[in-house]
Amino acid sequence: MQVIVQEGLFDPYQETRAYEEKCLPRGKHGAVVTFVGTMRDFNDGHDVSSMFLEHYPGMTERHIEAVCQEAAEQWDVIDALVVHRVGEISVAEPIVLVAVWSAHRAHAFDACRYIINYLKERAPFWKCESTQHGKRWVEHNTKDPGVSAKGIKQSA
Amino acid sequence: MDIKVRYFANMRDQMGRAEETVSLEGDAVTVEDLWGKVSANRTIPSNVLIAVNMEYTDSSRVLKSGDEVAFFPPVTGG
Repeated sequence: MQVIVQEGLFDPYQETRAYEEKCLPRGKHGAVVTFVGTMRDFNDGHDVSSMFLEHYPGMTERHIEAVCQEAAEQWDVIDALVVHRVGEISVAEPIVLVAVWSAHRAHAFDACRYIINYLKERAPFWKCESTQHGKRWVEHNTKDPGVSAKGIKQSA
Repeated sequence: MDIKVRYFANMRDQMGRAEETVSLEGDAVTVEDLWGKVSANRTIPSNVLIAVNMEYTDSSRVLKSGDEVAFFPPVTGG
């Protein structure tokens, strides 16, 4: 498993492919699920032109790693990769990649969703948006409606 | 004992500093006691998150010399 926090722009699809070729045993996974979070040009009713992402070095990596470990304990995860940017981010650029490899799709889907949701809840990042009215700190993330406070929603 | 204190995002803006080292006297000194000293005895805002040595905790946590305490708003990554 690998967690990378970096300033530089990255191509999430190229990162996924490169990691798979370098780290995954050939022929053992039947599914790879990727989540890519990208920057919108709107939020909370305002146009957003760019964003600065601040983090707490050390604590951020530690908590993303813990979330990945929790996912690996709950589902059959062969491997996982998380890349998250910090610093100045422009509209339409990728912010975060979560890639999960598993033998079967259900485990990869659920583990990927768990990792991104709990990363958003616990990893210490803060977004400061630039709008036509100046800079503002984002005060809360949007919730994933399919997920309860405790994690993945159970189907009825 | 000396405690390293760090502030992030709008907490840093409000405090007017990113970090400082604070000397505290006495036994069983808590995060709440530390906050009282750095904030001129204001109460801790209810939405502020607290980490000691990079692990989440609450204001009743007892501190030891060398601890790193961070105060910050709700996180908004991803």
